Amino acid sequence: MTAILQVKGLSAWYGQSRALFDLDLNIEQGGVTALLGANGAGKTTSLRAICNMVRRTGTTTMDGTDISRRTTEDIVRLGVAHVPEGRGTFVALTVEENLRLAFHIRRDRKAAERDMEKVFAYFPRLKERIHQQAGTLSGGEQQMLAVARALMLAPRLMLLDEPSFGLAPLIVQEIFRILRRINEDEKVSMLIVEQNAALALELADHVYLLETGKVVMSGPSDMVKNDETLRKAYLGY
Amino acid sequence: MEFFIQQIVAGLTNGAIYACVALGLVMIYVSTDHINFAQGEMAMFATFLAWAMIDAGVPYWVAFGLTIMVAFFGGLFIQRVILKPLENAPVLALVVCFIALLSIFNAIAGMIWSFTIKQFPSPFPSRDLFGNGLVSAQQLGVVAVTLVMLGLLTVFFRYTTLGLAMRAAAQNASSARLMGVRVSWMLALGWGLASGIGAIAGMLVAPIVFLDPNMMAGILVYGFAGALVGGIANPLGAVAGGFIVGVLENLVGSYIIGNELKLSFALVMVIGVLLLKPAGLFGRVIVRRV
Ligand SMILES: Nc1ncnc2c1ncn2[C@@H]1O[C@H](COP(=O)(O)OP(=O)(O)OP(=O)(O)O)[C@@H](O)[C@H]1O
Ligand SMILES: [Mg+2]
Repeated sequence: MTAILQVKGLSAWYGQSRALFDLDLNIEQGGVTALLGANGAGKTTSLRAICNMVRRTGTTTMDGTDISRRTTEDIVRLGVAHVPEGRGTFVALTVEENLRLAFHIRRDRKAAERDMEKVFAYFPRLKERIHQQAGTLSGGEQQMLAVARALMLAPRLMLLDEPSFGLAPLIVQEIFRILRRINEDEKVSMLIVEQNAALALELADHVYLLETGKVVMSGPSDMVKNDETLRKAYLGY
Repeated sequence: MEFFIQQIVAGLTNGAIYACVALGLVMIYVSTDHINFAQGEMAMFATFLAWAMIDAGVPYWVAFGLTIMVAFFGGLFIQRVILKPLENAPVLALVVCFIALLSIFNAIAGMIWSFTIKQFPSPFPSRDLFGNGLVSAQQLGVVAVTLVMLGLLTVFFRYTTLGLAMRAAAQNASSARLMGVRVSWMLALGWGLASGIGAIAGMLVAPIVFLDPNMMAGILVYGFAGALVGGIANPLGAVAGGFIVGVLENLVGSYIIGNELKLSFALVMVIGVLLLKPAGLFGRVIVRRV
């Protein structure tokens, strides 16, 4: 398998305090990779470092292109869609405007219009609320909107930061079903950060485990799923 | 009664100009949280450029269009070259920077064109429109130009993806970056637009108050009052605020306190509104679920 994103020696800082220590990650083309770990382990920081949203060192390579020094906007334009912690909703824009924002960077208008239809097929609830102010959507709907916005960028890699956060189990299942379809049908590779390890292991084929800013374990998700001692030691179930 | 209507019309005319200034202030405020104290002097400087062009024989409307363009790129340039390096500077440093810009523009205009007042032509005749002494073509022209500009801006922000990107960047910069929006360019664009709008205000007001380097000082206070009365974070509110300030200022000035105290009245109005409704009369509260 080839990697769509290669991360080597990634470190990150908030002011003087260091949050990541020489992370090495391989995100496989077409696959789903999960990044697990306790609160404060550095999961969010890893995603933000990949997108150059924090001060960082180390190299990140996307399809052989070095993106270590690109701006966040450029990295997005290269096909990385980041669904951020907290969903990043544009609260005063309508649902439609949240999605149409992607037209700003898309040159292929026709394809973008088709993607809009596709997004509404994945998330019919958003279509029902198309003219609603996005700040008035429920938490689950805002999470759907965040994924939908990312999808509108026609990305090749999606970075998802705890898409299950604060949502009822039924909604979580719905969102994860859609993520699986996006991965399989749209061939979008994914790096997903989750608290809910069991859920992430279902979706992912490869897992990295993070503890205080370091990778402490990695392997195929089947291996982790079936190894009770590993699970008990690192994931607590 | 006739006098009353005349005062309202005159108020609306002034109000249109205040609305432009207020809109320029809001345009920068919503995207950067800064109040551009140099807004008035930038407008004054642009108006001098227009004057110089017209003086050199350029037709009025050509000079009008060129001036807006020059002001637009000037605003863009100021943001990129002077303000962008100060992105992470403390607010006080920025305030000093704005005040420096203000005095620099004022001084340069004085140096080039001197501080003596100049007559600035109006494209509209001052003749009475309906033969009843109520509305002059000049007044109608000022309001019409303002409304056309507002219409164009509304279309731009509502119906173009660039306008949408600017709104998104102003609302949530980090999220906008994650949608690929080059936020710092959007701020520069905002500065360009604000500067262009200011130039329009300057060119509209110059025939009324005469052109000199201190022309905009009072106007900026009224514009500021308009923005605060209407809601400093709300473009449409600021425009409405500009018109409200214009009309009230005129009525109160001619019926109650006299012309000398008009400017103080504008400030009293600001304080009054801020005490009762801190977000301004039309300060929009964004409905939001957490
Ligand atoms: N803006 C910040 N300023 C300073 N320190 C920060 C900041 N954001 C995160 N940190 C610190 O960096 C470390 C990693 O945080 P991060 O948000 O990456 O954790 P996480 O794994 O995403 O946790 P969670 O599961 O709670 O979201 C933590 O110790 C945190 O306190
Ligand atoms: Mg996190």
